[in-house]
Amino acid sequence: MTAADITALLEQQFGSRIASKNLEAIDPFVVVAAADLPDVCRFLRDDSRLQFDLLNCISGVDYLEPDPKKAPKAGFDPHLEVVYHLSSFRHRHRFVVKVMLPRWKDDKPGELPEVPSVTSLWAAANWHEREVYDLSGVWFIGHPELTRILLADDWVGHPLRKDYEYPLEYHGIRGR
Amino acid sequence: MATVAPPEGKQDQTLIEFDVRTDEMLVNMGPQHPSTHGVLRLVLRTDGEVISEVTPHLGYLHRCAEKIGENVTPIQFIPYTDRMDYLAGMNMNLAYSLAVEKLCGMKLPEKANVIRVLIAELNRIASHLVGMGAYGLDLGTFSPFLYAFREREMILDLFEEVCGARLTYSYITIGGAHDDLPSGWVERCREFLNYLKPRIPEYHALLTTNHIFVQRTANIGVLSREAAIAHGCTGPMLRGSLDRRLGDPDWDLRKIEPYCGYETYDFNAVVPPFDDRWGWNPPRDSVIGDAWHRFMVRMLEVIESIRLCEQALDRYPNAQGSHRIEMPRHLTAGETYVETECPRGQMGFYVVGAPGKGVVPLRVRARSSSFCNLCVTNEISSGCLIADVPAIVGSIDIVMGEIDR
Repeated sequence: MTAADITALLEQQFGSRIASKNLEAIDPFVVVAAADLPDVCRFLRDDSRLQFDLLNCISGVDYLEPDPKKAPKAGFDPHLEVVYHLSSFRHRHRFVVKVMLPRWKDDKPGELPEVPSVTSLWAAANWHEREVYDLSGVWFIGHPELTRILLADDWVGHPLRKDYEYPLEYHGIRGR
Repeated sequence: MATVAPPEGKQDQTLIEFDVRTDEMLVNMGPQHPSTHGVLRLVLRTDGEVISEVTPHLGYLHRCAEKIGENVTPIQFIPYTDRMDYLAGMNMNLAYSLAVEKLCGMKLPEKANVIRVLIAELNRIASHLVGMGAYGLDLGTFSPFLYAFREREMILDLFEEVCGARLTYSYITIGGAHDDLPSGWVERCREFLNYLKPRIPEYHALLTTNHIFVQRTANIGVLSREAAIAHGCTGPMLRGSLDRRLGDPDWDLRKIEPYCGYETYDFNAVVPPFDDRWGWNPPRDSVIGDAWHRFMVRMLEVIESIRLCEQALDRYPNAQGSHRIEMPRHLTAGETYVETECPRGQMGFYVVGAPGKGVVPLRVRARSSSFCNLCVTNEISSGCLIADVPAIVGSIDIVMGEIDR
């Protein structure tokens, strides 16, 4: 199936719950609200025409220009994206689902934005979600054990945030 | 007689009996353990000799390569990709280059593609040789390791002639390959392939058909096809669990989503059963999806890679165009996700170009194949003996540099 067919099928099923789509992109994608993600993903995985049974990757992308002088020209508003790359073992097609989030929940710095976990749909999501939480700072609701995976448990901050500040010191080890 | 009320939810005395698991023990394995292939730490929950749970702890080699990727230009990031999967640096260079090229819409000349296929397949052979040798070490035999390194050394010598480096090459770069092949290299490479081919039966005599090896790997760590797909396993890990007789596809990205012109080469994706295409029958106890099959997929991929190398060598003298084209000065806005078939599985790079005329990407995400392959460890190790853990982890063939990035 082409990306246009997949998008049409999703729009037929979910209507306005598909917030937006981009079919001109190199890898076409749809955007859904965080609350709709489990339903859309379940449909993508279980529908016999789609059968996206492989979750290739979950990525967190932080859209922020930390330099205030350049920020007006950056070409995007500050936000966070969680990107799901899916492919199908049987039909051999690929698709991308995105969730747009505020950088902080309720715009309170330090409060992580939340997305429902898809661990119950794909076991592969378990470690990917832990990594996105660890490095990009997204809280996955319903994840069985959302702990840091690559960094130490007592690490502070999420390094792939654009405004992350490098620690000066960690357990007596000098940073910078 | 005074009675003590049982705690809530534990009214049934037998439940308490079962809840107290007196024999359980936590055994720490690694991060400095020879059979964890680097700095992997496994915490084994054991009941006597039997494993009930394996918890991998990662991150000892974490260098935040993705953050570095946001701060350097794509060409500057190529050397960092070498250090991810350091046993297959060329394949990692290729994976990242393809992602950036797709983002910028570059179309490569034929010669660059032929060099890429040739070099990537040579590196695949080298990587699988280490995989085989190290797997032998895990299971307690030292000789195959020496044989594997003898042949790998020759590949490294060939690479050294090409790019001057023996481990971190940065040879395949955005727009093609860094240099053309030196004169006389094609003949030397052909000589090496002719030397390697008769050596492969030696490996099989030493390892594959060895009775102890078969006992340690057959029917150990069986990964079902469904579990492999659900956990996102790829590469030899997934292919070892497939069965062509049940209609499973040749799940190899070089076959199903060809890049670099792989569709024009004559080769087979290695998917069990092995008897029709390669003339191998599995040992009596072996079942599809076990450690023996994963190992065998790698061994047969060496044979297929030799075939690919020979075809690429034939094409090289007549290949048109240059070995490298210039990359555009600025990255295109937009994003792309590209996966390639690396020796350990599907290595994906997700590159987001910044809007406006940026020279550094907004985000570089590396989807590591070993990372996804490793997350299935608990699933396939539960119920095994402690002594089988090295056999299982070895059969996954992990490289920690790629997992931790």
